[in-house]
Amino acid sequence: MEDEVIKKFLYVNRKAPYGTIYALESLEVVLIGAAFDQDVSLAFIDDGVYQLKKDQKTSVDSGIGMKDFSKTYLALGDYDVNKIYVDKASLDERGLTADDLMELVYEDEDDDYKEKSSISIVNQDELALLMEQQDVVLSF
Amino acid sequence: MLHTVNKSPFQTNSLETCLRFARASHSVLLFEDGIYGALKGTRLESLITDSLKSYSIYVLVPDVEARGMRIGDVIDGVKPVDYAGFVDLAAENTVQAWL
Repeated sequence: MEDEVIKKFLYVNRKAPYGTIYALESLEVVLIGAAFDQDVSLAFIDDGVYQLKKDQKTSVDSGIGMKDFSKTYLALGDYDVNKIYVDKASLDERGLTADDLMELVYEDEDDDYKEKSSISIVNQDELALLMEQQDVVLSF
Repeated sequence: MLHTVNKSPFQTNSLETCLRFARASHSVLLFEDGIYGALKGTRLESLITDSLKSYSIYVLVPDVEARGMRIGDVIDGVKPVDYAGFVDLAAENTVQAWL
């Protein structure tokens, strides 16, 4: 559609995975939304940063009763969801660094399909500005 | 931008994180259990008072009164609103709900 309106959507994730359904629900909404070619960004704040922790291990026989959906984050780049912002203060107070997070990448079609990182570690001023720029903010 | 908080600050850190990201020209509305953050005499009072220097904070009166509190219990400078005021704020702004 030529007159299609592209809006800026920000998904704010502030809950740890598995303990509640928020993280999985957010991820599913993001993937559904990705089909509509909107300008999508994801923010991870507070316990939300735990969603991106690498080496998550759950399985049918692990007993936690939930599948490991962390691998789905790795697919976000293929859905053109490649603006992922992580709050540095939230990482710091949990003793985490960027190295503890999954390597989420995308192929930049404007740069010979070079593989680039989707993750930006940002401070609160950068995140506040990002929030101000949105048309829609969805919180999980 | 309108930030809304509907959880007690003693239950979750939603209010504190909200205030970390709120900026001048934004507004913050406390409703449901969020109103506990607007009351005098809590650990949060100085944080609220400091925040009021930069932006407006509103509290939904029916939720205050439903919990046995009165407007007089609310920190000076926090603006009381009714449902219509809530709707106006939501209509005028992009809403960020801090769940």
